[in-house]
Amino acid sequence: MMSEFFTTSVLIATFAAGVRLAMPFLLAALGETMGQRSGVLNLGVDGVMLLGAFFAYWTVLETDSRLGGVMVGLLVGLLMGVLYAVVTLVFQAEQGISGIGIFLFGLGMSELLFQELVGTPLPISAFTETKIPILGDIPWLGEMFFTHSPLVYAAIVLVFILTWVINSTTFGLNVRAVGENPEAADSLGVSVNRTRAITIVIGNSLAGVAGAALTIELGTFQNNLTNGIGFIAVALVYFGAWRPFGVLAGSLLYGLVTATVTQLKVLDIVSGATASLATTAPAVLTVIALAVIARRTADQPAALTVPFSRSG
Amino acid sequence: MNHRLSGLLIPAAAVVAALLIGALMILALGANPVDGYRELFIGAFGSGDALADTAVRAMPLLLVGVGICVAFRAKVINIGGEGQIIAGALVSTVTVLVVPGLPSLILIPLVLVAGMIGGGFWGAIPGALKAYLSVNEILSTIMLNIVAVQIMNYLLRDPLIDPEEIERGTRIPQTERLSENADLPILLDGTRLHLGVVVAVMAAVVAWAFLWRTTIGFKVRAVGQNPAAAGYAGMPVKRMTLLALTYSGAMCGLAGAVLVFGSQSHRLITDGSSAGFTGSAGFNGIVAALFGGLHPLWTIPSSFLFGGLLVGANAMQRAIQIPSALAVGLNGLVVVFVVSSNRIRDRMRQRSELAAAARALARREAEDEQHTDDIGGKVVA
Repeated sequence: MMSEFFTTSVLIATFAAGVRLAMPFLLAALGETMGQRSGVLNLGVDGVMLLGAFFAYWTVLETDSRLGGVMVGLLVGLLMGVLYAVVTLVFQAEQGISGIGIFLFGLGMSELLFQELVGTPLPISAFTETKIPILGDIPWLGEMFFTHSPLVYAAIVLVFILTWVINSTTFGLNVRAVGENPEAADSLGVSVNRTRAITIVIGNSLAGVAGAALTIELGTFQNNLTNGIGFIAVALVYFGAWRPFGVLAGSLLYGLVTATVTQLKVLDIVSGATASLATTAPAVLTVIALAVIARRTADQPAALTVPFSRSG
Repeated sequence: MNHRLSGLLIPAAAVVAALLIGALMILALGANPVDGYRELFIGAFGSGDALADTAVRAMPLLLVGVGICVAFRAKVINIGGEGQIIAGALVSTVTVLVVPGLPSLILIPLVLVAGMIGGGFWGAIPGALKAYLSVNEILSTIMLNIVAVQIMNYLLRDPLIDPEEIERGTRIPQTERLSENADLPILLDGTRLHLGVVVAVMAAVVAWAFLWRTTIGFKVRAVGQNPAAAGYAGMPVKRMTLLALTYSGAMCGLAGAVLVFGSQSHRLITDGSSAGFTGSAGFNGIVAALFGGLHPLWTIPSSFLFGGLLVGANAMQRAIQIPSALAVGLNGLVVVFVVSSNRIRDRMRQRSELAAAARALARREAEDEQHTDDIGGKVVA
């Protein structure tokens, strides 16, 4: 029984599926990382993902353009980002709670629009895998890492890009300064709220893309499609200690565990009931990791969730 | 402006604004918002049956909201309501499966206490993690929500599944029809109004008394207002944080027990997601509590209002074919508007206090002038 799982082909296929499944987590968590580095917590990621997912789904359904779907997802995220920037920066609303509001808004509206405009979960054309020449032909590794949809590559490239942006550019320096010590940044002429607005919009746009990626990867939509992925993405940022590569590791962990559990269920090694218990593993692991990481509070942006205003 | 008045006006304005946006959406989807809202209102408050349904729907919101009031007063954000509701439902369900034969008079209180223990335990975990290991409670409660749902899915698919489901081979993940002795009694014949509604209102009163009439409640509020100062004053800050999350979880767990034993099927059923069982009460309860100004007693009418919105949305769906999910979306907007307006309210308060201070100052200056005039008069005389 168990030996069926430990064959090269099954293991490689499972790993490849894990990388694919990790992608929506990764995109959303990378976006949230940008926001949090500048001191803004967005708990509404799940809601933004749902809205991005629905509009992307609808676009692909109507136009059959997957790229168009992704762009629409990005646009929806961008608009939600503008809304969240107004709520948190102009009105300085409590971030944890307003995020719950955004989540409920996205949850309700995506369901409303789906039922009103589509009704039944019609299939859409899903991503096709693009094998990277030469690299994709490497035995084993080729299938694990280099035979995926374009968005998987994009998400991984983004890890490198954001690491560079945060650590090596002036903008990244501003983001970090604003997240650690907004008063000091302000006194040096860095606009705190403008910097935060930019990271919020980037973060929400990525959440929108993550939603689009999820629905197009699955090739369909349903109510509450994300089932909490956006919330996990927020936790992954803490898990990854606010670094893109840490977030990548956390996302891969989620993707791989999910893929493994699914594979074991498909091979009938574990029952459906046991499988649902096994899927809690990453969540439990995250809580334990948080308990360990919490001691290293030095990593957390000092001004996270603290609104900034000059008058004090 | 009067503080109390602005405290009422701003949430009201938030609801009106959300309903207006909802009306625009209904228009955009090609239906008549006036008809829709009329049906919504009638469906929620228009008849005895409707009011009973609204009260039943409001019950979990109220219980979760009461817990949220206690947690937020201690500056703890409890987003784990969904998981705590499930934990309470599971523990109370197992209790009834173990001792189904007890008489109602014993079994019903036992079930309610079991729910509180389950939810309280599920709230105590993030509470202890926050108090003693400084783990962010927002994250740990989110994770524990996921764990609770999957534990429920596991239990209902295997150990707790209705034996008939296995026999028939349908394997719907649900328990058997639980002992009738644990059914929450119906208060008004012909309606769905059950004892749980009374329990929820009592819980709100108890929470109010706890927060404002006991020493521990005072400590909880003190810790929430200024942890550093409370610590200097010798208050056990960590223990109060743990207590607040446990209390909050216990209220959610109570809601879970009432949801099972006040349901029409009298079973615990899962559709695989948490919302399938809780109806997102863990989140909507936050809305109700915020709207009630984080005051347990004001949360009673507030949850009744939001319960009405959710019940009425179903009536609206039947009448003008606009999906009832609209209500969830509008709830979200209300939250966003209410928290966004806090700063405006603070500013208005500041301004009114400044104005009052300025008036007092002007009066004093005028009096002083009068006084010097008097003295001057005397000198001249």
